Amino acid sequence: MVTTANNIIFELKQVNFFYGSTQALTDISMDFEKNRVTALIGPSGCGKSTLLRLLNRMNDLIDGTRVEGEILFEGRNIYNADNDPVEIRRRIGMVFQKPNPFPKSIFNNITYGPRLTGTRNRADLELLVEQSLKQAVLWDEVKDILNKSAMTLSGGQQQRLCIARALAMKPDVLLMDEPTSALDPISTAKIEDLIEELKKNYTIIIVTHNMQQAARVSEMTGFFYLGRLIEYALTTDIFTNPQVKQTEDYITGRFG
Amino acid sequence: MTKEERKHTSARYDQELAEIKEKLIYLGALTEKAIEKSIQSLLGRDSDLARAVITEDNQIDLLDVEIEEKCIRLLALRQPAARDLRFITTAIKINGHLERIGDMAANIAEKAILLNEMPQLKPYIDIPRMAEIARGMIRNSLDAFVQEDIDVANKVRIEDEKIDQLNDQIFRELLTFMLEDPRKIHASLLIMQVSKSLERISDHAEGIADMVIYMVTGKIVRHEAP
Ligand SMILES: Nc1ncnc2c1ncn2[C@@H]1O[C@H](COP(=O)(O)OP(=O)(O)OP(=O)(O)O)[C@@H](O)[C@H]1O
Ligand SMILES: [Mg+2]
Repeated sequence: MVTTANNIIFELKQVNFFYGSTQALTDISMDFEKNRVTALIGPSGCGKSTLLRLLNRMNDLIDGTRVEGEILFEGRNIYNADNDPVEIRRRIGMVFQKPNPFPKSIFNNITYGPRLTGTRNRADLELLVEQSLKQAVLWDEVKDILNKSAMTLSGGQQQRLCIARALAMKPDVLLMDEPTSALDPISTAKIEDLIEELKKNYTIIIVTHNMQQAARVSEMTGFFYLGRLIEYALTTDIFTNPQVKQTEDYITGRFG
Repeated sequence: MTKEERKHTSARYDQELAEIKEKLIYLGALTEKAIEKSIQSLLGRDSDLARAVITEDNQIDLLDVEIEEKCIRLLALRQPAARDLRFITTAIKINGHLERIGDMAANIAEKAILLNEMPQLKPYIDIPRMAEIARGMIRNSLDAFVQEDIDVANKVRIEDEKIDQLNDQIFRELLTFMLEDPRKIHASLLIMQVSKSLERISDHAEGIADMVIYMVTGKIVRHEAP
């Protein structure tokens, strides 16, 4: 067992990332704290999603990609050959920009993953569905329609279902890539409250283009530009008094 | 916002910020003028001028409301961050300080009207000196705001000392007048109030300078010695 400072869950050391010959991330070194919300911000194409996918080996699914440097999760390099990517993705869940429920019932959306990983007992599954939906603050809205298709839910409900689906895998970390960009302000507020609630038990890393959202939900913020980490600091400092000019230009709307 | 500053992607946003700045400068000029006139009405025993200062304070109040509304609107619509956020919070506070300075000038004018009806106690020496320093502090604090110059702001913070000393000196002097001759008590108290108003004005100017330092550095120095 490799031990780490107990509040650091992810440690990136001089990470470079390539799509074929194009370098998307350059020399990224940063730590993520446990049970914290960290926001990743920056202009389109700066590599936020790439970094997020790197943290649970989702980039492995894309041909011709290459990682350099170290990405330690609880002190262990997740890119070591003896690590099982499926197990990594179970412990490090992901919620995407567009809600992407499976075209199945609400119930089966939640139980799909746990079934694959061995939970078969009906009572256990029912409990898991209830717990996950409650955690995602969706239970009251869907408890009577669990057998209806997930596709009949509203966008905001679908997104919370996807969060419930990720939580059902009992992950340690939730990666969220612009989770509210397709939602109305009310659903957005619900998800933001949910993030606040979830951070007690989970580590959350969120990519967002909504500056106010980053300011509201996160404790740490990293600003990326052209594949580099430009500034990484407490969110309050980034939004009131950033130290790097590029960060300031970006968050005050003086970019491009 | 300063010359070498990058523009916002939204040009309208830049205009809105510039407008707030211009209005504040104008408000600063009005308050400075009000102090000058109120002191002039005392020195020249000109009660008509004093009454003009009191009526004109209305203009200062209207501008205060207009600026505050513009700031609130900008906060709501643009959700400024970082330097813009510091600028707008600074603008709101400066606006408040200037409005209070206007009130102080009107107070001085009210006292002048009363004093002008009494025989003059003594030639005014320290009062105009104080007024001159206080006006300089307002002017310099606003220059510091426009230039984003913390050196100038720090000088304003030091000037406040001088005003406090002059105020103490005036108090001591008037106290001896009052002890000597009870008939001089009323006039002495009125002059003390004028002096106190000038001292408050310099506190407000110092408050403006403190905010300029916050705007530029992000540090709140209000409760620290200069
Ligand atoms: N599958 C891919 N194959 C090749 N290049 C890619 C791929 N995905 C992303 N890229 C490139 O990598 C760079 C970073 O992309 P990424 O999607 O990480 O940016 P982003 O910061 O998430 O942007 P956005 O805010 O628009 O989502 C871009 O130049 C992009 O074109
Ligand atoms: Mg992206």
